[in-house]
Amino acid sequence: MGDGPSNEKGAQIMSLFEVLTIIVPSTLLTAAPLIFTSLGGVFTERSGVVNIGLEGLMGVGAFTAAVSTLGLEHAGLGDASPWIAILFAAIAGGIFALIHAVVSITFRADQTVSGVALNFLAAGLTIFLVKMIYEGKGQTPYITHNIDKINIPLLSKIPVIGPIFFQQVTYTSYLAIFVSILVWYIIFKTPFGLRLRSVGEHPAAADTLGINVIRMRYIGVVLSGVFGGIGGAVYLVTITSNYNVSTIAGQGFLALAALVFGKWHPIGAMGASLFFGFAQALSITSQQIPYLDRLPSVIMLTAPYVLTLIVLTGFVGRAEAPKADGVPYIKGQR
Amino acid sequence: MSYAIEMRHIRKEFPGIVANDDITLQVEEGEIHALFGENGAGKSTLMNVLFGLYQPDKGEIYVHGEKAVINDPNDATRLGIGMVHQHFMLIDKFTVAENIILGREPKKHGMLDMAKAVKIVKELSEKYGLDVDPNQKIEDITVGMQQRVEILKTLYRGSDILIFDEPTAVLTPIEIQELIAIMKRLVKEGKSIILITHKLKEIFECCDRCTVIRRGKNIDSMAISETNPTDLASMMVGRKVHVQINDAPYEPKEKVLEVSHLSVLDQRKVSVVNDLNLTVHGGEILGIAGVDGNGQTELIEAIAGLRKVKDGSIKVDGQDLTNQRTRKIIEAGLGYIPEDRQKHGLVLDFSVGENMVLQTYYKKPYAQSGFLKNKVITKKAKQLIQEFDVRTPSEKTLARSLSGGNQQKVIVAREVDRSPKLLIAAQPTRGLDIGAIEFIHGKLIEEKKKGKAVLLISFELDEILHLSDRIAVIYEGRIIDIVNPKETNENELGLLMAGRRKGGAEA
Ligand SMILES: Nc1ncnc2c1ncn2[C@@H]1O[C@H](COP(=O)(O)OP(=O)(O)OP(=O)(O)O)[C@@H](O)[C@H]1O
Ligand SMILES: [Mg+2]
Repeated sequence: MGDGPSNEKGAQIMSLFEVLTIIVPSTLLTAAPLIFTSLGGVFTERSGVVNIGLEGLMGVGAFTAAVSTLGLEHAGLGDASPWIAILFAAIAGGIFALIHAVVSITFRADQTVSGVALNFLAAGLTIFLVKMIYEGKGQTPYITHNIDKINIPLLSKIPVIGPIFFQQVTYTSYLAIFVSILVWYIIFKTPFGLRLRSVGEHPAAADTLGINVIRMRYIGVVLSGVFGGIGGAVYLVTITSNYNVSTIAGQGFLALAALVFGKWHPIGAMGASLFFGFAQALSITSQQIPYLDRLPSVIMLTAPYVLTLIVLTGFVGRAEAPKADGVPYIKGQR
Repeated sequence: MSYAIEMRHIRKEFPGIVANDDITLQVEEGEIHALFGENGAGKSTLMNVLFGLYQPDKGEIYVHGEKAVINDPNDATRLGIGMVHQHFMLIDKFTVAENIILGREPKKHGMLDMAKAVKIVKELSEKYGLDVDPNQKIEDITVGMQQRVEILKTLYRGSDILIFDEPTAVLTPIEIQELIAIMKRLVKEGKSIILITHKLKEIFECCDRCTVIRRGKNIDSMAISETNPTDLASMMVGRKVHVQINDAPYEPKEKVLEVSHLSVLDQRKVSVVNDLNLTVHGGEILGIAGVDGNGQTELIEAIAGLRKVKDGSIKVDGQDLTNQRTRKIIEAGLGYIPEDRQKHGLVLDFSVGENMVLQTYYKKPYAQSGFLKNKVITKKAKQLIQEFDVRTPSEKTLARSLSGGNQQKVIVAREVDRSPKLLIAAQPTRGLDIGAIEFIHGKLIEEKKKGKAVLLISFELDEILHLSDRIAVIYEGRIIDIVNPKETNENELGLLMAGRRKGGAEA
């Protein structure tokens, strides 16, 4: 890290600056998939449909991203492959989420059960397909064109800030932050957003004003699939590079937690995702950080989850979910 | 001349009940038309049909003389029909302006134009004299203002036929006067209004014509000028109605409720009950009169154990119940008819029968060795349904699907039947028809005769004056005077409620 101020206190004592140059990029990297997925959660739950299936949707996204990146690479698309793969994953996630929409909105089945079913279905289906496509192997080959960590031109040259925030990062992280702001804008500043929130709060009232509750909820759920798919894809093309059973292990649930921690607000969800990303980054990078490296690794590995629990129980306070979240809408019922 | 609204031979069935049976309703252009009928007669159902929320099984609708098909509220809105629902259709977390423009949002470059929305709402509210603050959230404003928001919603959509479903049930007397003035102004602007109310006074104050329905059937339509309150009342109930007067001698017994130096905070942590003292004896009905928001809600919630007491004590029958668990308070002998029936009184998704044993289900004879005795519960429910004339297809029907007034009857039946030592009745007749009011007043007087203590809270001064043995006037969280109903009148009470103390006697 030659650009930073030189370390004058000796090699073994790391300056805060150096710690930050390790932790911050790592936080941004691990947070990005969570941000996308929790934004998906914002759409569905703001419309009044609980979607526990985010985990499964990430799985579908990651699987689709792996398979399509491999295919696109093969077709010679090179560095563009993972980006196009993310698009495919978004579409696949959206379609997969339709199952949840039909079951829980049209047939008014229990939303939690349907979401859980979605998770099982995703895990089973993707692995089955992997085995089918790759001749019985339990995992896909590694993709060769990932979205790499880079130094962002110009910005990375800014003293102090550059090395912390703009070196060794991926574009997807900044895309995620940008999209959070976009989602905030859509939810709070557009007629669509107002209507989406209205069906999540009081569908009967929205109905009397001529808003199509069923359609709005379908849109909410499908968008959660699109964003969950993107989240899973980003996780694959930036972090794991291949897909197997354990690729998505709890990421979707963390995103769900981020949604609650962020109080169903896009910026809140982003902030919470960054916090969980930070907790994960701590455990990943602890070996490089003074003092932390002396702690037993179990502690560092469980830290993100313990932190999550503490935060969810202690600091969130009474989280206010949309009023009609999880309640099927029956026209004409009082 | 054609009618603004003509509904011909409307029929609407629900599982187990015919809510509308061949009903015809004709509303002339520019009039206020009263729709009058008992609880569960089918008024809300008929209006929901007109507004496109329900599809009629039979019948036709004509709007301004033209046949109309109303499949959903969109169609109704397009035809100029707007509705203020019995239970408000407002989104608590949205602002006034957002609630009004929802579904027809003003836009700029595809984005919400909230500045314009606020401006439109301000203009509308000035034009019709409906005072609202566009930027406040619904959860922070009074019920009266919420209702004005509902009216503005319809006006914003350009409605010229307005349906008001029991708008006055939740309003204080002052707000009712304001609403009547508003309705008169709207009619002058060329709108036609259908008004549902159980209060004869209001009908005779502002309506031109009236249609009476009973048990889903048409009884009659007439001009208000050609009828009188007594006739109208008996036409609706189907028999003569007697006003219940508390004529049993006033023989107070031992103290049942003793509230001393009570202080209670509201949600915003503002002290709304301040060092309040109050005693209710067995064998008396004590009425609390006061303008809404002077601490009466918090006072009774504190007694019922639903709100924390900051200072002071509450005793029932000598037993200290300050800040005790609700079950303990109930077992000590409290009965409670809460103000908000949907929030505190009922579990809407439980059946009528289950709702009737909510405090007693765990005790004999309703439970034994940890199991519910459904037969006993059903029998009890059937008995109460009969005795209190709850209009419901069966005791298995969900409380949610009952008409507003019948939901209220379920609560009253449950509480009165236990014959508790102390019965708190907060707005016990809100939303009830004249027949039901008569009945419940009779029940409260009966409790008094049995030597029980009754604490009555009501915004209806008539009700307070008729039933109470003593009237305590509450003002800014204190009882500022206790008066004898036989020696006072509405005017004097009104002055006291505004905080003007007479004599200077401390309560
Ligand atoms: N959605 C529904 N499902 C089942 N039954 C219903 C439904 N809506 C109304 N009913 C029944 O139809 C009857 C008429 O109800 P409605 O609400 O029209 O009465 P109402 O005249 O408005 O009474 P109130 O003065 O108490 O409001 C009642 O017996 C009620 O239980
Ligand atoms: Mg009604």
